[in-house]
Amino acid sequence: MDAAPTAPETIKEAERQIARVPLVLHRRNFSWLTERISGVVEQPAPRWWWVAFTITGSAATFGLFCIGYLISTGVGTWGNNIPVGWAWGITNFVFWIGIGHAGTLISAILFLLRQKWRTSINRSAEAMTLFAVICAAIFPGIHVGRFWMAWYLAPIPSNWAIWQNFRSALMWDVFAVSTYFTVSVLFWYTGLIPDLATLRDRATTRVRKLLFGVFACGWRGSNRNWRHYEMAYLLLAGLSTPLVLSVHSVVSFDFATTILPTWHTTIFPPYFVAGAIFGGFAMVLTLLLPCRAMFKLHDVITAQHIDKMAKIILLTGSFVGYAYTMEFFIAWYSGSSYERFGSWNRVFGPYWWYWWFGMLFCNVLSPQLFWFRWCRRNVLVVFFVAMCVNAGMWFERFIIIVGGLHRDFLPSSWRMFHPTWVDIWTYIGTLGIFTSLFLLFVRFLPMIAMSEVKTAVPEADPHYTTPPGIQSVSPGGKERPR
Amino acid sequence: MMKTPFGHKVYAMAAEYPSAAALYEAAKRVRDAGFRRWDVYSPFPIHGMDEAMGLGKSWLSGWVLFGGVSGLLTAALVEFGPSWGLYPVNVHGKPWNFWTVPAFFPIMFELTVLFGAFASFFAMLGMNGLPRWYHPIFNWERFSRVTNDGFFLAIEARDPRFTEAGVRELLEQTGGQHITIVHED
Repeated sequence: MDAAPTAPETIKEAERQIARVPLVLHRRNFSWLTERISGVVEQPAPRWWWVAFTITGSAATFGLFCIGYLISTGVGTWGNNIPVGWAWGITNFVFWIGIGHAGTLISAILFLLRQKWRTSINRSAEAMTLFAVICAAIFPGIHVGRFWMAWYLAPIPSNWAIWQNFRSALMWDVFAVSTYFTVSVLFWYTGLIPDLATLRDRATTRVRKLLFGVFACGWRGSNRNWRHYEMAYLLLAGLSTPLVLSVHSVVSFDFATTILPTWHTTIFPPYFVAGAIFGGFAMVLTLLLPCRAMFKLHDVITAQHIDKMAKIILLTGSFVGYAYTMEFFIAWYSGSSYERFGSWNRVFGPYWWYWWFGMLFCNVLSPQLFWFRWCRRNVLVVFFVAMCVNAGMWFERFIIIVGGLHRDFLPSSWRMFHPTWVDIWTYIGTLGIFTSLFLLFVRFLPMIAMSEVKTAVPEADPHYTTPPGIQSVSPGGKERPR
Repeated sequence: MMKTPFGHKVYAMAAEYPSAAALYEAAKRVRDAGFRRWDVYSPFPIHGMDEAMGLGKSWLSGWVLFGGVSGLLTAALVEFGPSWGLYPVNVHGKPWNFWTVPAFFPIMFELTVLFGAFASFFAMLGMNGLPRWYHPIFNWERFSRVTNDGFFLAIEARDPRFTEAGVRELLEQTGGQHITIVHED
């Protein structure tokens, strides 16, 4: 039997292989992180920001006009008809609410799993969650037609004695989405408090000092405060984890509790949650890759982070592909001719290209590129796949909703859906609202959680000792080599 | 109340430390010296600092349990009260018996989470005495680095073991730099 290889080279090689790539590259120190991340907020807005904001702000404004037109004129301005009573409005709702899920996954589930790489991306992903849920919440509100009666959704005692049907999936949805938004705001703001204190302490003008001072709540980084803060953060993560899984499950109940073929399935809750995380991570990458390039954050949002997000997209994309396959199998296995026709109609019916392009190519095939390391490390490929997934997830929701409705039990009532310009521009408007809010967020608040990303630096460990010959890099030190 | 020769009230004696590791070691020494009214300040939570300071687990979790339970009970009241007592609605002739109770669970779950999250947030502020617009430690101009890369330790003058010479010696021994008296006003 051979002796175990103990040569120093072998040990060194093994150590090199198991060594972890640092999460913050080039040994950036705490003050470098503060400078770079606060700098984004403190320096004047770059020109590209104004150009981008003008475009997204215009789209948002026109979207708001379309919403005003819809409310003042009626839902007839949309292309909805009988039997397609739910169309773009609900497609957009599910699309946006799904995008939010990645933010909560990053901030809560990865926190509970002790994934420190989340610290570079959690703040912006949580902001994305809030903005996506705002866009989502618009649609059911304006879809009810009489917008001014939307308060009927809330259980308010009134002399009309109108009470909600609490056993309705739509009522569950009201509670799930509003709880999700509120808890996401609390979680986001709790995380922001120490960083607002950083901006307060760096503020040079009186207005900034006052505003950041008020919102930082007098935070002073005391360990007696950190003790309760960390417990609060842990519990918020613990509460958000089942919450996020429940939200898209409840959204899927809106469909699954009906008797419509292709909607009436038990696979919907896990399938919707996986799809939501899938689509949400794609949106995180869509937003972060340009921000990373524009604000030169390559040392904080590293290739490793992108690699890991790409792997999550591959994983959840494969879940989604499995769910699509299983839907076909169950449709066949059920023996129900309506279910079988519904599945056939998806692939070969009038909306065939939505299925072939959106579901098959964008959602199932394009993420498979991420089996290859080269693709996960190539920013352009990652961005391309992320854009495919963004589009694909919208098409998927459209196929589920309109695909199920437009040809149901009775062929004499079959009808196609055609979007009007109000449909199209309301959707583009919410894209504008979403990106405008995100641009304002990166402009006025730290887009990376400074107090959290600092804990990913080796010096944050209380048992850390400086290895000989290594120096951390201060602000103004050597820039990253290109 | 201790005063400086110029008549300022003394809040604490404070020192700065070069690293998280140095602050952690210093905290253990101060804890072992038996001080009670003192605190360390850092830009991020330092892992293990609670034990180094001799602090136990945070019982903020108790408030969250209280919040969660009250959310559950609120949901039960809001749902069962109207649906079974005040204003029962027959929807589409759907079943109306005890076995439909699980249909009430999603909203009970949501309100449990909602109230628990509110409890967590407000208990964090309340137990930390925040929001607070002023604190004597901010009188020290070096302290503004605490949200950047500064690590500080302050022993309050209210502590029964506080003596100017003794505390200064302890802070020096633990490697504290820029040792100073922080004014109360």
